[in-house]
Amino acid sequence: MNKTDKAKQYWKANIKYVLILLAIWFLVSYGAGILFKNELNTIKIGGFKLGFWFAQQGSMYVFVILIFVYVRLMNKLDKKYGYDE
Amino acid sequence: MNSLMIEAISVQNWTYILVGLTFALYIGIAIWSRASSTKEFYVAGTGVSPLANGMATAADWMSAASFISMAGIISFAGYDGAVYLMGWTGGYVLLALLLAPYLRKFGKFTVPDFIGDRYYSQTARIVAVVCALLVSFTYVAGQMRGVGIVFSRFLEVDINTGVIIGMLIVLFYAVLGGMKGITYTQVAQYCVLIFAFMVPAIFISIQMTGNPIPQLGFGSELGDGSGTYLLDKLDGLSKELGFAEYTEGSKSMIDVFAITLALMVGTAGLPHVIVRFFTVKRVRDARKSAGIALLLIVILYSTAPAVAVFARTNLIETVSDKPYAEVPQWFKKWETTELVVFTDKNADGNIQYLAGDAFIKGENGKFDFSKPNPDSKNELYVDRDIMVLANPEIARLPNWVIALVAAGGLAAALSTAAGLLLVISSAVSHDLIKKVYKPNISEKGELIAARLSAVGAVCVAGYFGINPPGFVAAVVALAFGLAAASFFPAIILGIFYKRMNKEGAVAGMIVGIVAMLLYMIKYKLGWFDETLPDKSEWWFGISPEGFGTVAMILNFIVAILVMKFTKAPPKDVQDIVDNIRIPSGAGEASHH
Repeated sequence: MNKTDKAKQYWKANIKYVLILLAIWFLVSYGAGILFKNELNTIKIGGFKLGFWFAQQGSMYVFVILIFVYVRLMNKLDKKYGYDE
Repeated sequence: MNSLMIEAISVQNWTYILVGLTFALYIGIAIWSRASSTKEFYVAGTGVSPLANGMATAADWMSAASFISMAGIISFAGYDGAVYLMGWTGGYVLLALLLAPYLRKFGKFTVPDFIGDRYYSQTARIVAVVCALLVSFTYVAGQMRGVGIVFSRFLEVDINTGVIIGMLIVLFYAVLGGMKGITYTQVAQYCVLIFAFMVPAIFISIQMTGNPIPQLGFGSELGDGSGTYLLDKLDGLSKELGFAEYTEGSKSMIDVFAITLALMVGTAGLPHVIVRFFTVKRVRDARKSAGIALLLIVILYSTAPAVAVFARTNLIETVSDKPYAEVPQWFKKWETTELVVFTDKNADGNIQYLAGDAFIKGENGKFDFSKPNPDSKNELYVDRDIMVLANPEIARLPNWVIALVAAGGLAAALSTAAGLLLVISSAVSHDLIKKVYKPNISEKGELIAARLSAVGAVCVAGYFGINPPGFVAAVVALAFGLAAASFFPAIILGIFYKRMNKEGAVAGMIVGIVAMLLYMIKYKLGWFDETLPDKSEWWFGISPEGFGTVAMILNFIVAILVMKFTKAPPKDVQDIVDNIRIPSGAGEASHH
């Protein structure tokens, strides 16, 4: 595998991760917290209506998890392609 | 004996002690970490650990507004407050996934550096500098004012004296230490502010629900054994008094969507946030420190909505339909500073706290407390800042906790102001003097220029803090829209679209920022019309705060269209793009 091909493959894998993670990012905040909040609000967990909870709590927790998942995935990917240091 | 002595110290003295101690700490750190080269001054020598950078980013990010006003805003906005919670945290996902690693690999000092080099154009660089200055100045003026307000409320000095004290402190450690000094003071400031925010929140959560974790507490049953959930109770109370149901909100869905997106993208495009990721050693550290920063921010941001619910319920229960003669001490105290104002419209001696404006707004857009509003039965004006400021008093917490809130508020305001001032000074000394007007300036000369521009920036910020132009408050909230409309698309396209050229990027940035400015001037400041146009005239029902989303989309469209009709960027620029996509070798890349 030459240098450019390697870089291209690495980039493709990275873009795939980014797209998947951003889809989740969109779903929890704009989806659960805004667009489908009324539907989710019919479900209650403890004192929280679910849509409200996603908007004011859940989405933020998922954001933190998403970044750390990306950190892990990319550290692995860097290693696989020899870009780690 | 000991605890008696602690109780005997007044709030005032506790405030002097805690604020004095924290200030001494900041100054000590500044002397220890002073900068000796431009690299240290602009990017702390790129040797900051991911944890330290994460803490510094979190402190840099959380301003006086986050610390003092956000919980208050949420407690009045209910569900709608989610736009700030999601908007100001979701942007970090974009930063970590789309911006920080590549900008770190690129390895220069500032955001205009990237724009100027990637778009091989001095015009692009200058447009970026103008955008950076516009965004940072509007933002910093609000911070200096915030410092003044915190001082005046807790130390009973004049707001202007407060601004000047704040200026001197920031001047000292920003000018001496540059990014290096700022980074390590921000680490200390994060610790102070998060402790100051969490302690009262935990106390109040235990008082109201018996649960020590505020994030769980506000979804729990009330501690009075009634078996009612706190949120259900608040929904009921809000409805009774004519407010929107707390968990439902009143903004339209499209506006909530647009504001959230504008804030997220704006966060990712703010120069003082982006530049923090230039300070770490490796690309992987940039990703990791974005995660740590967000984690540390979310500790405060997930607590704020809980504080909002506690404070709102407490407030309604304490004042609604209660005789004015029997209000508690804190009410009287904050009345003297007009953060709560009562007018007995129906002369029954009781406080009717209902939806609607209690007073009529004067010419300057602020309430005129000599003119009760006859169209509303509401008799009480409550400033939203009181929700955090008075919270410890409402819950009868010890004096030292009340003083701690003052030290925390100051830490939040100072850390953000310092970060912004650094962006302003590096925009002037590096992007303008070194890169445009005097490329052969010596390292020493540039360092002197950087320090002088920091002094200049502090003075200008202080001037606006003391003489706030009427529109500053309105504009601060829109700094995000401006950042979203200008930087974000240019940086994203610069990284992810190799074919993007200077013509497209410059056209996009100009169209984006001009569209944002025009919409803001028309619908927020009302300068084009006799009176401010009504909400019903907003495009697609999107408020000026949310318009950054539209302006950003315009920027993307214009940039891509213009690019299609102009020639591709030169080979060496395309090579830069290939290079920043590969994480290894960030160390070498930082030689400028």
